[in-house]
Amino acid sequence: MSYGYEQCIVLIVTVPLITSFLVVLLGWFKRWLCYPLVLAALGVSFLCSLGILDLVMERGTIHYWQGGWEPPWGIEYVVDHLNAFMLVMLTFIGLMVAIYSKKSIEREIPEKLVPYYSIFLLMVTGLIGITVTGDLFNAFVFLEIASLTAYALIAVGEDGAPMAAFNYVIMGTIGACFYYLGIGYVYIATGSLNMADLSQLLPALYHNKAVLVGFALFTVGIAVKMGLFPLHVWLPDAYTYAPSATSAVIAPLFTKVMAYLMVRIFFTLFKPHFSIDLIPITQILTWVAAGGIIAGSILAIAQTDLKRMLAYSSIANIGYIVLGIGLANRMGLTGGLLHILNHAFMKGTLFLVAGGIMYKMGMRDITQFRGLHKKMPFTMAAFTIAALSMIGIPPTGGFFSKFYLVLGAIDARQWAFIVVLLASSLLNAVYFFRVIENIYLEPPVTAYATDGGTHEEIKRDELPLSMLVPILIMAAGVVLLGIFNERIIAFIIRFAVPASF
Amino acid sequence: MLEYIISKYNYWVYIFLMMLGLYGMIGKRNLVKKLIGMNIFQVAIILFYISIGSKVGGDIPILTAEDLHGMADPGKYLNPIPHVLMLTAIVVGIATTGVALAIIIMIYNRYKTLAEDEILEIRKKTGA
Repeated sequence: MSYGYEQCIVLIVTVPLITSFLVVLLGWFKRWLCYPLVLAALGVSFLCSLGILDLVMERGTIHYWQGGWEPPWGIEYVVDHLNAFMLVMLTFIGLMVAIYSKKSIEREIPEKLVPYYSIFLLMVTGLIGITVTGDLFNAFVFLEIASLTAYALIAVGEDGAPMAAFNYVIMGTIGACFYYLGIGYVYIATGSLNMADLSQLLPALYHNKAVLVGFALFTVGIAVKMGLFPLHVWLPDAYTYAPSATSAVIAPLFTKVMAYLMVRIFFTLFKPHFSIDLIPITQILTWVAAGGIIAGSILAIAQTDLKRMLAYSSIANIGYIVLGIGLANRMGLTGGLLHILNHAFMKGTLFLVAGGIMYKMGMRDITQFRGLHKKMPFTMAAFTIAALSMIGIPPTGGFFSKFYLVLGAIDARQWAFIVVLLASSLLNAVYFFRVIENIYLEPPVTAYATDGGTHEEIKRDELPLSMLVPILIMAAGVVLLGIFNERIIAFIIRFAVPASF
Repeated sequence: MLEYIISKYNYWVYIFLMMLGLYGMIGKRNLVKKLIGMNIFQVAIILFYISIGSKVGGDIPILTAEDLHGMADPGKYLNPIPHVLMLTAIVVGIATTGVALAIIIMIYNRYKTLAEDEILEIRKKTGA
């Protein structure tokens, strides 16, 4: 084994993992050290992920054997095109939210700054670990690292947060337990935990009852974890009451990584032939997802709280991704994977802006946003871009993922889903334009004028730079993802879709 | 039929415990009872793993001097991997319980009760 570029695969996990402990140790003496340490660790991870992406595009799948033990026995880290783009996305958004978090954490939970940063870093580590590992049980361990830290990050939020976190603990544990019960059943049948090894062993056992049960448990467990409708009950409260930096990192990343795990299990661990033909799981999932898209959008319209509205819109967007997985053809899955990336960027931007509004104004009711465009023009512009992307207006990224999803539905001859996709875009337009209208068009009310301005003149009062810059970069990312979508598909996602499609 | 059921008694125990835990999580209205239900649920799965790793007449999987000279017979030993995996799973279970207990303390400090109905009532009144 050569000691070169491949070491990035290990560094991308170990650097933030070790730094998360250093943050506690050093933060004990010097509180200001936490923030630069977190940035440095995530920066190194981001650079590593770029290196890995470069290497994967050049050479194909990379394997790394932990401690030199060969795959069926030892734990293996595998990175192919699918993980590589997930890694870049995870580390980049993690870094952006970390930059953003400084002021908002100091405002919201000043006394818990040191543990917060440590746990934040540990959560990103867990998510990276799930993505990078090629071993089922190892993925479970990283999943629990990410979940436990997510519970803690949510619990430190505002008034309703502990209760939301407790419900999330219960639901999340059910999901994770089903997942590792599934591992048990697959292990009974095969005696292996390595994903690549299992995909060789399993085809002979596709009619084995234990394997079928294992597959069902995987599906349910991951569906709970990713908040797929109707298993989403933990999600809205958790996103609403969490500190703004927490919702900005959990909402774009956590459910997306679970969607990634679902793709892995459906199309890598089990061959597509099994998930599509032998048991019609993908067909069932498309209908569940379609229900989720419509229900999530309608529930989002009913909300007046911005963060809660975004949370329900997340449920709808999980529906898009699962619909892409469930259509199980080239176009559909391309759309689903592209939507993982796009949704991470646009929902990240939206939650960052929601946190920014709360930081500056301490309010989150949509009807109070009147005239905000004069006060925070750049932030509101970023919000508008991300909202347009959610609706699906070109040239933003959201348009293209929906476009591919529609193409996938046409390929699958599933006309109902085209109606669902278009209808949900209209519903998205309803609730996002209601916010945009409040921001830009409605005249400001007197209650708002207490904040330094009168009816007519509102002073410009932007967010501090450390919060504004990540928001603008993410918003620019939403547009860039749209403009360069063809390149992303041609160089990365095309290889991530199973060859048999 | 009865013999069949009895011969797989370890799996029946695990299913019974798991359902008990699931009932505790969903049916009970007290947060600590929910947490205990969650614990029973996790322990049931741990028992399941332990029972798939064991075999009748199996020995602990440590090679003795005589095994090293001849070929070691895998049939003689229990499968160590499920047991080792469960070490990790037990730690995870304890950590989850710890986090949940910490959250329960936060809830108690805030609402001064652990009954879900009363908490919901307080939340409805204060609008939080």
